[in-house]
Amino acid sequence: MVKVTIDDQVIEVEPGTTILNAARQIGGDIVPPAMCYYSKLPGTGGKCRTCLVEVVQGSEKDPRPMPKLMVSCSTTVQDGMVVRNKTSERVQKNRAGVVEFLLINHPLDCPICDQAGECHLQDLGFENGGAGTRYEEERRTFAPRDIGNKIKLHMNRCILCYRCVHVAKQLTDQRVHGVLNRGEHAEISTYIENAIENDFSGNMIDVCPVGALTDKTFRFKSRVWFLKPLNASCSCNKCSGKAVVWMFGDEIYRVTARKDAYGEVEEQDGKAGWICNDCRFDKKDVHNWQIEGPRVINRHSVISQGHYLSPRQHDQKKIK
Amino acid sequence: MEHLSNRSKVVSDKPMTFMERLYLPAIFAGMMTTLKHLFRRHNTIKYPEEQRVFAPVYRGMHVLKRDEKGRENCTACGLCAVACPAEAITMVAAERKPGEENLYREEKYAETYEINMLRCIFCGLCEEACPKEAIFLTDRIVPTEFERDDFIYGKDLLVESMDHRIDITKRQHTGKRSDK
Repeated sequence: MVKVTIDDQVIEVEPGTTILNAARQIGGDIVPPAMCYYSKLPGTGGKCRTCLVEVVQGSEKDPRPMPKLMVSCSTTVQDGMVVRNKTSERVQKNRAGVVEFLLINHPLDCPICDQAGECHLQDLGFENGGAGTRYEEERRTFAPRDIGNKIKLHMNRCILCYRCVHVAKQLTDQRVHGVLNRGEHAEISTYIENAIENDFSGNMIDVCPVGALTDKTFRFKSRVWFLKPLNASCSCNKCSGKAVVWMFGDEIYRVTARKDAYGEVEEQDGKAGWICNDCRFDKKDVHNWQIEGPRVINRHSVISQGHYLSPRQHDQKKIK
Repeated sequence: MEHLSNRSKVVSDKPMTFMERLYLPAIFAGMMTTLKHLFRRHNTIKYPEEQRVFAPVYRGMHVLKRDEKGRENCTACGLCAVACPAEAITMVAAERKPGEENLYREEKYAETYEINMLRCIFCGLCEEACPKEAIFLTDRIVPTEFERDDFIYGKDLLVESMDHRIDITKRQHTGKRSDK
């Protein structure tokens, strides 16, 4: 076990753990935000630069500080490492710059976007971003297009985190989409608009940190804060069948996987709880699902506006 | 018995005197009170003929604004409805079809937009929440109706018509909506 200090909090973790995961083991607001890293998808991380932290002491043996800010999602801890995240002004300033960069080409169409209310870029911008932008040039624009018949791609909103590409590579048997072109022109694409017909392709909607990939069956139907999220399960032979149904009255408006505090799918029976496309897109009837109870959403989230849970319900499910 | 106040009067069934039985002094005393008020300043106005001046930020009936090209500003983002403490606002969004660009400003628009004027408390939070400068409260008064259903205002009553545009320049915020 190696000892690491993050924002003056000490924790002992397995060797080979990344700084980000060590911080997540401590929990709370010292956890660096991550837009591209997704713990359930090996190979992600290192692209968005939002999780940069300052390492003021490399290790017990070599206490020199690391000269540049380190990517906490792919830097492994060393014994005696001292990391500063919230307490470092340099990190905060840098993160504000990263947010500004991520928002350079973002259309800021939150009032239209279906992701609004559960968007990681919104949270990141709210916590770390400035009020204005210094960017004066034209933003890159792409027309919205369909990836398969159930997923809509708004390339304008994409921050190129590559999470969805990893979903296509790791969850589906053959990869049919990736990133084409370079730099400013880079875009997510199914090669020559091949439709994705794979049982798990819908998970790229869940992993997308912004509203670039959205559910076409839910497109513009409602806003997330008008819906009531309920834990539900069904018998499915393709996936775990454990999902969240988002209800409006007696109607199921959409189905998503169960996500934890970091927006990643929760583990079900020791495996990542990805859900299949049948559960996500086709089972919109209440009779398909066994309702387990209300999903506890952080009470500071806009989604929990107007939803009231009794203190007992709060105790039963620990708020994450 | 101890009295709670000093205003209690002992009631007696003593017969009235001659002056009291005439009633005239009492009538004159009463008339004097009435006549005195005739020459005082009135606290009320004769409403339909005469109307009070409204403050420029008076919060009356809502309007859903159109932009300078006549397109509806509202994009059905739902922020007014979530800000509304009385839960008076409901809406259904729809996607703009090709060819409707002159009707709706954004890709998404409100297919139905309803405000229940009986629920509304005219607090103005919807106006404050609106990111698109679409909804404003105006100095118009919600008229009285006989049926409850008539107070549920749909888009037909809320969206301004191009012929009779509602002036909200006095309360318009600046810099929220870009004209790109």
